[in-house]
Amino acid sequence: MRVMAQVAMVMNLDKCIGCHTCSVTCKQAWTNRAGVEYVWFNNVETRPGQGYPRRYEDQEQWRGGWTLNRRGRLALRTGGRAKRLLSIFASPVQPELEDYYEPWTYDYETLVDAPLGDDFPVARPKSLITGKDTKVTWSANWDDNLGGTSELGHLDPIVEKVRRESEDKIKFELEKTFMFYLPRICEHCLNPSCMASCPSGAIYKRAEDGIVLVDQDRCRGWRQCITGCPYKKIYFNHKTGKAEKCTFCYPRLEVGLPTVCAETCVGRLRYIGVFLYDADRVTEAASVPDEKDLYEAQLDLMLDPEDPAVIAAAREQGIPADWLDAARRSPVYALAKKYRVALPLHPEYRTMPMVWYVPPLSPVVDLLRDQGHDAEDPGTLFGAIEALRIPIEYLAELFTAGDTEVVSGVLHRLAAMRSYLRGITLDEGADESIPAAVGMTGQAMYAMYRLLAIAKYDERYVIPKAHEERGHELEELGCSLDYDEGPGMYESAAFGEASGRPVPVAVETFHALRQRQTSEGISPAEEMRGRVNLLNWDGVGTPPGLFPHHDAPAGDEGGER
Amino acid sequence: MDVVLWGVLPYLVVVTFVGGLVWRYRYDQFGWTTRSSQLYESRLLRIGSPLFHFGLLFVIVGHVVGLLIPEEWTDAVGVTEEMYHAGALGIGTIAGVATLSGIVILIVRRRRTGPVFMATTKNDKLMYAVLTSAIVAGLATTVVAFSQGSDAHNYRESVSVWFRSLFILRPDVEAMASAPVQFHLHVLIGLALFALFPFSRLVHAFTAPLHYLFRPYVVYRSRDRRPTPGASAPRRGWDPVGTRDRDPSTRR
Repeated sequence: MRVMAQVAMVMNLDKCIGCHTCSVTCKQAWTNRAGVEYVWFNNVETRPGQGYPRRYEDQEQWRGGWTLNRRGRLALRTGGRAKRLLSIFASPVQPELEDYYEPWTYDYETLVDAPLGDDFPVARPKSLITGKDTKVTWSANWDDNLGGTSELGHLDPIVEKVRRESEDKIKFELEKTFMFYLPRICEHCLNPSCMASCPSGAIYKRAEDGIVLVDQDRCRGWRQCITGCPYKKIYFNHKTGKAEKCTFCYPRLEVGLPTVCAETCVGRLRYIGVFLYDADRVTEAASVPDEKDLYEAQLDLMLDPEDPAVIAAAREQGIPADWLDAARRSPVYALAKKYRVALPLHPEYRTMPMVWYVPPLSPVVDLLRDQGHDAEDPGTLFGAIEALRIPIEYLAELFTAGDTEVVSGVLHRLAAMRSYLRGITLDEGADESIPAAVGMTGQAMYAMYRLLAIAKYDERYVIPKAHEERGHELEELGCSLDYDEGPGMYESAAFGEASGRPVPVAVETFHALRQRQTSEGISPAEEMRGRVNLLNWDGVGTPPGLFPHHDAPAGDEGGER
Repeated sequence: MDVVLWGVLPYLVVVTFVGGLVWRYRYDQFGWTTRSSQLYESRLLRIGSPLFHFGLLFVIVGHVVGLLIPEEWTDAVGVTEEMYHAGALGIGTIAGVATLSGIVILIVRRRRTGPVFMATTKNDKLMYAVLTSAIVAGLATTVVAFSQGSDAHNYRESVSVWFRSLFILRPDVEAMASAPVQFHLHVLIGLALFALFPFSRLVHAFTAPLHYLFRPYVVYRSRDRRPTPGASAPRRGWDPVGTRDRDPSTRR
């Protein structure tokens, strides 16, 4: 047994209102740069819907993830290593920009600059790729809130599958009865197929916390990872020619803060915590023959942090005590394994994804209430879960490779929790038969309710810090985003944009600040290397670029600066 | 003049080439990429790029065989000049035409597809010009050889001899000077290409990911030097400071 720690996330889909705050804050933090205009490390999809990029779940087309080969061994869907190297000159199934969308901006300047005339000036959409006028026809969430579902709903690969497999005719009953939001980030898989596809070996999993990152210095832009990832959560920066992906906000995590998407989630539906898992058994678990067993196999990998044998093995592997403590208090472990209400997204890709989802019960409840039923009566609710076959099948295709038993089991537990807690809240007494009906104790059910409904910040995010004594090793670890217009941007070097080796941020800031603090008078502007902005300006001098040019006419000495 | 061109220039190019590669590798890891434009356009790329690259691989093999293997060796195994000539012309023409048509498709695509053209730098344009003229000049030597039939110049008695003499640091300037002008032209453009190599996007060829065939699928990296699954142990001579039995981080 080789115990390793993995930082993971659970999202409670019941609470997602599809406000896209996570997407927007993530974009502002990570992908508001040239070259990744079309990239959303975090996106929110309305289901049923095509997703982003369009129909990414159709692996017959996109060929992501793993399959079992004829001998029953785990193999990349795109083929073996030699075959993949031979196709390196033109990646066979890479999504093009139109599969994502063509990013655009508006010509806002016209609004200000247009000459006086009879017509109001119009800000035209301009393509961010070509700079020319463009027609906005698609985006990352174009089919939000079922927009256009009556025409395009059948393009959802899961709708296609559910329809194919159910014998009764569905004329988009789904749309009438059932809709929910699915926020997606990188899954930080235990068995990542992007990593296995990378010819350069630039994608790596951090041994300490399991975060999957792209080493920007070693990536050579072969773009095999984009095909390899079945979730299409690796993106190609078309300006730098490198792959980029969700970083799980590792700089925040290292100091104990949750990711930006989790921090800003208004529904407070995200949970972050630590799993301990057995790294030696990952391949074995990912190779189970029946797809429907993959969920259980993945759950089996997660080790019980209370088990003395696990603790001893973890100590031996050098996992620090505070990480073990965090693993014991981990909300993700509780939701995934203790209460078994969180499910992995598409386990059939065999990547062992580490972002888990509590499937939504609300659509079922809403439907019952709209039909005039008592939506929280356990009998009604349990019956409805059984009766609403199509939503259950749809959820099962998302979360359990089509195993409806597991999904309806989860929904039963969530339904039971509602009924049980209603009894307590309305002083009707705790009806212990309700938790018993779903195989739980009243105490466990109450604890689950606390975690799902009213958990505070420090219960939702149990994040052990990276170890201080290793602090110097953290700096400038492989994946930095210090490149052109990146968070740590530098001026261009010899090969124009994005070339050259960036100076470590810490080093540069340290020297620059010390120089400016200790120098007498106004220090020359170049000491800050042209990186002064309103956030780091210390009020000394007028660094170039900070203030608009003021070309005072000759002789005008009275002009104040 | 001959001495400068065939005795001095090659060494200057070698210094630029090797020095440039080392410098770029150390200084500009981040800029070391294929700069793929497949995101913008992939229909033409899927035809042109493999045609060009696979053609080029054959061209490289042909150059290695033609330049490095002395004529006496092939004579010794019973390959006559006529057989060799016919084979080299045949395979060389096919590979050359494939490479040329590949790069023509790629250049047309680059010019005609708006986003791809916008992503083309001046450096790229220079590189394309030199690369294309090298291929054209190389094909030209073949075309001339075709037209002359059996009277064609045997470059293995001039260019190849000169090329091998470069490695023993005694350049045979006479041999190269005796070659016809189309070979002079091709070699000069070739030298320009090599001088340009480290400073253009061509460098991606030097990180061809052959180690992909041998590495483990899942790569773990650690913030500390603790050995992890998939990571190789530090090599001899790189032990951390301190003694093994005392330092818990290095105790095995």
